[in-house]
Amino acid sequence: MANVTFKIWRGDKQAGDFQEYQTDVSEGMVVLDAVHRIQADHANDLACRWNCKAGKCGSCSAEVNGTPKLMCMTRLSDLDLNEAITIEPMRAFPLIKDLVTDVSHNYRVKQKIKPFQPRKPDNEDGSWNMQQQDVERVQEFRKCIECFLCQDVCHVLRDHHKHEDFIGPRFFVYTAALEMHPLDEADRLEDLKETQGVGYCNITKCCTKVCPENITITDNAIIPLKERVVDEYYDPIKKIVKTLFSIGKPKNKS
Amino acid sequence: MVDVETVEHDVLVIGAGGAGLRAAIEAAGSGISVGLVCKSLLGKAHTVMAEGGMAAAMANVDERDSWKTHFADTMRGGYYLNNWRMAQIHAQQAPDRVRELEAWGAVFDRTAAGKIMQRNFGGHAHPRLAHVGDRTGLEMIRTLQDHGVHQGIDVHMEFTITCLLKDGDRIAGAFGYSRELGKFILFKAKAVVMATGGIGRAYKITSNSWEYTGDGQTIAYDVGADLIDMEFVQFHPTGMVWPPSVKGILVTEGVRGEGGILKNSNGERFMFGDIPDNYKSSTADTPQEGWRYVTKTDKDARRPPELLTRDHVARCIRREVREGRGSPHGGVFLDIAWIKEKIQNSEEHIKKKLPSMYHQFKELAGIDITKEPMEVGPTTHYTMGGIRVDGETQMTAVPGLFAAGECAAGLHGANRLGGNSLSDLVVFGKLAGEYAAAFAKEHGSVSVNDDDVNQAGKDALAPLDSSSATEAGGAYQVQYDLQDLMQEKVGIVRIEEELLEAIDSIKELKKRAATVSAPGNRQYNPGWHTAIDLRNLLTVSEAVARSATMRKESRGAHTREDFPDKDDSYSEFNHVVRKGPDGEMLVIREAISELPPELIQIIEDHK
Repeated sequence: MANVTFKIWRGDKQAGDFQEYQTDVSEGMVVLDAVHRIQADHANDLACRWNCKAGKCGSCSAEVNGTPKLMCMTRLSDLDLNEAITIEPMRAFPLIKDLVTDVSHNYRVKQKIKPFQPRKPDNEDGSWNMQQQDVERVQEFRKCIECFLCQDVCHVLRDHHKHEDFIGPRFFVYTAALEMHPLDEADRLEDLKETQGVGYCNITKCCTKVCPENITITDNAIIPLKERVVDEYYDPIKKIVKTLFSIGKPKNKS
Repeated sequence: MVDVETVEHDVLVIGAGGAGLRAAIEAAGSGISVGLVCKSLLGKAHTVMAEGGMAAAMANVDERDSWKTHFADTMRGGYYLNNWRMAQIHAQQAPDRVRELEAWGAVFDRTAAGKIMQRNFGGHAHPRLAHVGDRTGLEMIRTLQDHGVHQGIDVHMEFTITCLLKDGDRIAGAFGYSRELGKFILFKAKAVVMATGGIGRAYKITSNSWEYTGDGQTIAYDVGADLIDMEFVQFHPTGMVWPPSVKGILVTEGVRGEGGILKNSNGERFMFGDIPDNYKSSTADTPQEGWRYVTKTDKDARRPPELLTRDHVARCIRREVREGRGSPHGGVFLDIAWIKEKIQNSEEHIKKKLPSMYHQFKELAGIDITKEPMEVGPTTHYTMGGIRVDGETQMTAVPGLFAAGECAAGLHGANRLGGNSLSDLVVFGKLAGEYAAAFAKEHGSVSVNDDDVNQAGKDALAPLDSSSATEAGGAYQVQYDLQDLMQEKVGIVRIEEELLEAIDSIKELKKRAATVSAPGNRQYNPGWHTAIDLRNLLTVSEAVARSATMRKESRGAHTREDFPDKDDSYSEFNHVVRKGPDGEMLVIREAISELPPELIQIIEDHK
């Protein structure tokens, strides 16, 4: 049992500041346990989101010692307990109170992405046949728990505030899951290029580094989407062929 | 008059896990106005934590499976206290609900033939659980969420409902507050669907999150709905026991479904030593037979005893620990790493089949489950009891009030089979949405009494008024004391004397809860929210304790040390909890309706 100092951001839209709290920590504790202990003992009204406490729901996202983390999966034993531990809200989203931010932007963005549109069922009972190897790529993306840490760390959103022109890593992963879904027939390439800002990403892989589900966001989702957009709109030979034959937009599925 | 915003919907769905989302989608499909209230953000409800899978007799892996077998398994698992009509509908409709999820974008694991993969689980005769690794709940909630947001549903995120309102006998809506600003909101609705989940936060060791405070059960009870089977709380046999901060976090039954075995500190596979009579003929005699079952290499092999029902496995683990054969941190060993003796690439196989368990133990306990055993012990997981509904329409005793999912009761009887919860959510979520929409269409608009609204506002604000506060520790301390009490005295094994003590203590805790004060203001204030939730926790805790004293036998999840055997006279009725005329809690016995002969025949055929 050690007594550790935590500096937690307290405040709302108007004003805020780090406040110091001391609490005892024991073996195996995670940052969220310390926040709960402080909440119960010193600050009943300390606002933070959490649900599952097992890295499955993606609610307790915050910045711990400056790094975007799930508080429930960050063990105190991995931090230097001789120094004060800072806990602050995600900085890419407007603050509501203390550690809680307004993440509604993410819900609005998702609503605008073309939904899943399956081909006709293969079988009479309405089911389809798919091989495991064909769904594995999509299953990686569907591990996403929507913690929005990737959105938080992405400089296009965090520093350049392109929230209206750029959907962010989470939604490239979401779009990739739809585009690479073996059954899906919708085409999202024009949206990616025109309104969703796939070009803004300069593949620094910050999002991949913070993903608590270890989704290879940049390499497996964003880069393939960029390639598809390039193939569709910037391939000179394809452009000539398209102009000559006016064949409309070919489907770029795999 | 309190300051309150009014929102009107034809159907209001309270709760946005699998059942609530499915109900909202169904209701919205009939072209009416639907509101969906989430206590947390959309997509974060407890469904997201479900791991092992969704039971549906699709017979993709074993062609002998059928709805009849699933029905018989569910009834046997529930010790025949189930609402048989619900068990029948559930078994018949679950396969369609799974296929529907696929049509909405869910990506289940596949068989070699390209169909939806199904895995073994406790109490199911055949591999029946459609799954995605061990994160099936995430797949389900995300699929419903992503489909649901395009159906014209109005989603109200981070709102808590504190009470329901009536217009005469009929339901008329709900009152609550926004977490963000603490502002009041009045939802007027012609029909309301409760889909608020469980009561797990009444216990200290639990797999449930802060949301599961019995809100739906309590506020429905308050307006005249019945609760049934409240004595049956499921203690999942395998929760994490170490380190202390993660005690209670779920370890999926899928570990055992994939071949995981339970051992005590002597290295004995103790489950082989205690097999209940009604499962003897369907349980393996030897570890070798159990392995052949798990690997589906021998269709005549019977399941290993680790895959007996959850109530039984939990009791066996408790016994091993109590008799001094536990693991260092007070659990037993759950070993999946041993399969390296049987298969090559076992490490890859485990990571593929149980990725989130691998991750969870690696990150939170520093244990590599592909190399060493886990330590596990029972954790409060699920409540079989809840709001009584009509088996087909899902309507409660209050006209226009419906319920589905964990907060409703009937399907699972005295014990739920793993995997039957996810299918429950979508089968009965759909029906609740369908019948709620029909009710809303058939009935005119409602009016709400201003006095009721004012009273609801006053009740909600009481904890913020510190002038009458006498409870020093705040809401958290009362909640902790309740959790300790329920864990100690209304836990896995119960005894009359302790149950009566618990009922008395709950009375005292109620007094304390009535005087807690929450520092701070109405803006996103967890201390205030906890004070409000506490009232619900106390009501459901009392219902559990009172029902448990009435059942003087051991059956399913309800185990009495003073009445260790099953008593057949208790198989004839359910315990119904109802609010009496003076607000007192009544527990009444009501006879279970007789099974039709064709269903009796199915049960007989599968014995």
